[in-house]
Amino acid sequence: MTIQTTIQKEDSMIVQKEMIAGHFEKLAKAGETGKKVVYTFVPGNLNELIRAFDMLPVHPEVNALQSGMRKLSGGYIQEAEKSGHSEDVCAYVKSDLGMLKKGNVGPTGLPLPEPDLLLLSYTGCFTFLKWFELLKAEYGCRVVMLHIPYQAEGKITQEMRDYVTRQIEEVVVPALEEVSGKKLDRGRLEDMLASSARAEELLVDIWNSAKNKPSPIDAYFGGVFYIGPIFTAFRGLPECEDYYRMLKAEVDDRIARKQGPVTPDGEMSQQKYRIVVEGPPNWTSFRDFWKIFADEGVVMVASTYTKVGGLYESGFRHDPKRPLESLGEYCLGCYTNHSLPARVKILQDYIEDFDADGFLINSIKSCNSFSAGQLLMMREVEKRTGRAGGFIETDLVDPRYFSAANIRNRLESYFQMIDARRAGA
Amino acid sequence: MTMNAEDIIKRCEELHDDLHFTYVKDWKAARGAKAIGFMPVYVPRELIHAAGMLPVGIMGGGDNLEIIRGDAFFQSYICRIPRSTIELGLGGRLDMLDGMLFPAICDVIRNLSGMWQMMFEGKYVKYLDVPQNFGPQGRTFYASELADMARAFERISGNEITRDALNTSIALYNENRRLVAALYDLRAAAPHKVPTSDVYLLMRASNILEVSEHSEMLRDYMAAIGDIDRPVRDNVRVVVTGAFCEQPPLSLVRALEQSGCFIVDDDFVLGNRYQLKPVAVGERPMEALVEAYLGDTVATASRYEEDGDRGAYLVDQVRARRAEGVIFAAPSFCDPALLDRPMIEAVLTRENIPYTAFKYAENTGQIQVIKEQTGTFADSIKLWGVQ
Repeated sequence: MTIQTTIQKEDSMIVQKEMIAGHFEKLAKAGETGKKVVYTFVPGNLNELIRAFDMLPVHPEVNALQSGMRKLSGGYIQEAEKSGHSEDVCAYVKSDLGMLKKGNVGPTGLPLPEPDLLLLSYTGCFTFLKWFELLKAEYGCRVVMLHIPYQAEGKITQEMRDYVTRQIEEVVVPALEEVSGKKLDRGRLEDMLASSARAEELLVDIWNSAKNKPSPIDAYFGGVFYIGPIFTAFRGLPECEDYYRMLKAEVDDRIARKQGPVTPDGEMSQQKYRIVVEGPPNWTSFRDFWKIFADEGVVMVASTYTKVGGLYESGFRHDPKRPLESLGEYCLGCYTNHSLPARVKILQDYIEDFDADGFLINSIKSCNSFSAGQLLMMREVEKRTGRAGGFIETDLVDPRYFSAANIRNRLESYFQMIDARRAGA
Repeated sequence: MTMNAEDIIKRCEELHDDLHFTYVKDWKAARGAKAIGFMPVYVPRELIHAAGMLPVGIMGGGDNLEIIRGDAFFQSYICRIPRSTIELGLGGRLDMLDGMLFPAICDVIRNLSGMWQMMFEGKYVKYLDVPQNFGPQGRTFYASELADMARAFERISGNEITRDALNTSIALYNENRRLVAALYDLRAAAPHKVPTSDVYLLMRASNILEVSEHSEMLRDYMAAIGDIDRPVRDNVRVVVTGAFCEQPPLSLVRALEQSGCFIVDDDFVLGNRYQLKPVAVGERPMEALVEAYLGDTVATASRYEEDGDRGAYLVDQVRARRAEGVIFAAPSFCDPALLDRPMIEAVLTRENIPYTAFKYAENTGQIQVIKEQTGTFADSIKLWGVQ
């Protein structure tokens, strides 16, 4: 089957592309402008704090996924494996290291600067810890550990809050002050946090729009674009708020017109199945992957992957009145920092709140944080909701682990299962 | 009656092979006491012991357990230890445990703690989130984690963890650590007399036996080994690293020795040697446990290293044990070990220390291939030495 080569783009997508291009241009010029660069991770990122020091963030996993989308990650992974990295471990790490070995050219074709600081926000993923140890060995630069305790018992205790807040206050802020040569401007930080909260409010409205029938958004394939600004370099900046206002206006317009989301083949006309998704997408064949679902009339009404950088529908907002505490709470609340029972409950709630026909798990070889335990989660969610669960396996950015034929086969059976349950209902 | 070395090792092997954990059941029945299981690598066993309970190390099912149900819970790319542990649990073989601890080591063990909560409702389950910040912030947090566990242990056991009780337990574990260190020193000094298969089984026995009994066993073994006359072989001295969580099958450990290697240090059953120094006995034993964790522990892949080279600890180990090479043996799909490997190999290369690497699973049957690889490695060191 031939895949359409041009994508219909909305204004918000174009704006986001410009934002990202602008950011990578600033990164490329960091050496000339004297801007300091902080590498950090998406889950638990302290973007407002980094920005309050006029520093520029780099997110290695975003670079890796961009390499996947640009079909470069396969070569990068092989490069890393040639230098001793195991085929068994996270492909994001190997793609990033391979990219580094091949000149560290970023997704827009411009070179990436070396980090002045590695801010290891150790949130919900063990691999992060090893990733920055590996980068430290490559760059020889300073690493600051921010250990985020896991919500193993389904709650954030006061001790956890205190631990994280103290680390931010007593370890992270002094390190940022030292590297940037500036004192923390608390007023500026508070302004950014207020802006973040407004953007978060808009994002929650956008997620909730999928409760409409037809859903005006695809909360997974489209959702990964929606989270771009708020999960990465822009949260807390005016352009981030502007982006979400624009996006919300587009979504509201589609609701008014009873239109579906825009897919790679244009607007989705028929929504046959409303599905909740657990797990990250495959990036190396992202459009093909999306198209498999779009062709079947599947709209993803909620997803957990789009909560790795913040689970805002639970009510959390960055709070300028409690700046460092709320940054800590943000880190504690990211999706993969939740226990398996809590993740089951989140999926159950999504299925019920968004009136989904079923749920699908895209199990990712690279990502044990997501994947270990998903088969039990599937059983449990099926038991609680009575809705059909589907299970497919791919990888983030390793093209060797994407088989469109296998996925189609599995999905055919899965949709038949949904149809059978509907017929029996 | 003091047993000879062969009898001691036979007893260890029986404990190793007994996946019904008869010793634990008998120990509990004899005392009307409770038992708490724990996964690798490190938990403060002193705290369990001080509540009058038996700490029981669970290291999967090895190569003696047929996996019937466990595989249904894990994708093919996840290591073996969680699936065999689930198999043990679903088969009722861990019913004698009154709780289970899952220390922070990787995302698989972390998520297994959540699975345990869902699959074995009513049992105490604790994810022990050991701090990766080793400053005052981590100290306060870890103290709160230990206090939380202590309250749970008191509730489960019905026994108060008094200062005296905790000091007594710490002293017993200090003595055990001293004996373990002595055994490791003895092996490094005379590896032909103290085979690693013996040491490994003695370490595995520590997962099951009450600490005093295990210490007595170590004393007896070290006393008995002096009487044994074994031939000195022309083997190379190696350190084995990477095997701190899922354990290799005993047959693999034996094969490494048979291939021409004297293993003079390793990280098998690492929880026994996690603390480098004795834990302080005194007025504030809980604080002493916290300090021991923060300050006096080995470098291992699951523990963040703030300063220094990843792998420097291994180089020191090689030098101290006069090892001629390193065998990097890691379980398949083990994130901590395999992500560590390139950093460790870089340091070994820089230090001109020969190494070889392979992967295994706890039920690996392909022993011959590995034996040939390590045999070739040993031969290359013997023939050409350090390049």
